[in-house]
Amino acid sequence: MSAAAPAAPAAAGIDRRGRGPSRTVGPGRVVAFVVLVLMAVAWLLPFLWAVDTALKTEEDAASPDASWIPANGFTLDSFREVLAVGNVPIWAWNSLLTSVLITAITVAISALAAYAFARIDFKGRGWLYAVVIASIMVPGQVLIIPLYYEMLALRLVDTYWGLILPQVIAPAMVFILKKFFDQVPIELEDAARIDGAGRARIFWSVVLPLSRPILASVAIFVFIGAWNNFLWPFLVINDTALMTLPVGLQTVISAYGIVYSQVMAQAVLAALPLIVVFLLFQRQIIKGVATSGFGGT
Amino acid sequence: MSTTAQTGTTEPPVAAITDPGRTRRSSDRVAGWLFVAPFLVFFLMFLIWPMIHGVYLSFTDISLTGAGGAFVGVENYAEAFRDGDMWRSLGNTAWFTLLSTVPLVVIALVMAVLVEQGLPGQWLWRLSFFMPFLLASTVISQIWVWIFNPQLGAANAVMEMLGFEGRAWLQDPATAMLGIVIATVWWTIGFNFLLYLAALQNIPSQQYEAASIDGAGRFRQFWSITMPQLLPTTVLILLLQVLASLKLFDQVYQMTGGGPGGATRSILQYVYEVGFTAFRFGYSAAISYVFFAMIIVISLVQLRVMRRSAS
Repeated sequence: MSAAAPAAPAAAGIDRRGRGPSRTVGPGRVVAFVVLVLMAVAWLLPFLWAVDTALKTEEDAASPDASWIPANGFTLDSFREVLAVGNVPIWAWNSLLTSVLITAITVAISALAAYAFARIDFKGRGWLYAVVIASIMVPGQVLIIPLYYEMLALRLVDTYWGLILPQVIAPAMVFILKKFFDQVPIELEDAARIDGAGRARIFWSVVLPLSRPILASVAIFVFIGAWNNFLWPFLVINDTALMTLPVGLQTVISAYGIVYSQVMAQAVLAALPLIVVFLLFQRQIIKGVATSGFGGT
Repeated sequence: MSTTAQTGTTEPPVAAITDPGRTRRSSDRVAGWLFVAPFLVFFLMFLIWPMIHGVYLSFTDISLTGAGGAFVGVENYAEAFRDGDMWRSLGNTAWFTLLSTVPLVVIALVMAVLVEQGLPGQWLWRLSFFMPFLLASTVISQIWVWIFNPQLGAANAVMEMLGFEGRAWLQDPATAMLGIVIATVWWTIGFNFLLYLAALQNIPSQQYEAASIDGAGRFRQFWSITMPQLLPTTVLILLLQVLASLKLFDQVYQMTGGGPGGATRSILQYVYEVGFTAFRFGYSAAISYVFFAMIIVISLVQLRVMRRSAS
């Protein structure tokens, strides 16, 4: 599976400013600029329209003469309403808690395994790693029936752990981390070993500090995937108090789906944390997607 | 799996010279398994076991409530091959994959090439094209259901402004899938865009400089330098995109519920409905494995093509 190879090395350069074949201002560049502006507008408008709707009174939102500037002015009422009556804060907390746990567990167990696959010569390593890599091809979605059955047997349906545990398996992340550990200079480990450090010590104080950027990339990618995951949380959680944001919001559409401004206010509220995270960590996120992208689909 | 063949390089240099088998330190035999153990436990519990147990379930008539469970042989598979609803949802999934993959590759390439020109506003382009990818399926579904609203939606407002008649996008079998495709392209294009952007930035600028000294114009440079160098990335994106599109579920379930009249129901939604609303776990498992087999075949074919195009 050399699938990640084209993406991985590219990540190093992705946050550079764009650079083109030439920088002269010609008609070609003007056309390129105009097309780019049009595409960006087309991509921003749906979201801006959602924000606009959320800031309207329901009367304006449901008016057939759609307009950016509402007749009755802008208001935060829909946001207030959604936060006051709904379960949005609870769902946001559930999403945060489970996503953080999924990310922490995934990164920890994947890094340990990847290090062993990269550096420790133990019996069975070759075929075990082959099995893990082959399992990248297994789409989790086709396992929902036996997995749900297993959760019933383990009495984990409608629990946080039932939500979390099946999501911590990320063979693609093991692959990405193993490729990274392969490149850590072996001399550093040898030096530590001569000083009497054991495997655990070497991993913890020599290898991990060198791996912070790749661990951050993997963590960001896992976190986004967990935060947005829909199918599994939707299946395993029926208790409203345990739902994550995506699942909870979905149940609400059917409940009061006709109040358009409130539906959009919820959508915008759910989107805000990720937009803020993106603006703060734009560089790392872009790098993370380019590096670990191939595991996330 | 070229990555497994590197055992020798990971040994300390001294060990590599002598016999690596004999220098394997006995403590490592234990340490290796200890490091792998936490991952392995979850891997066996939540991937390998369900995968094996699912095969068994697919040969039974077990229900969600645990009732039944008698061994029925290949009956579930035989039924699946006769099941018109299954074939229809497979057809819908294939149709969606075709419709979505082309724009998701072509538009992403255009975006990346334009952004790579170094025009002002770099962070804004990246934000606009990539931001939707970070949103949950619920959020994008709600936004697009609102835009496609037959009476109040922005889509019809734009159509009427352009002199066309508005339509009930998601309620009309003729346009429902198109609506899903539009929402999906908007939602997920940022991922392909970033992969292309990374690939473009990896092309050494000396190649362009050399070409322009030789008098090659910008179009010629794009055609003879950029395009060939992007081929491996394009094959990779195609592979990932086809696999991602085949797993269609979230946005369809939330935007149309598979309707109208099953016109947008994907195969995964059918698996869900058979298992979780008709409670036929055994049959649902069988359909999952038919789909799984198709995905494996498609992946293997694509990997072969990819390897060929790489050499």
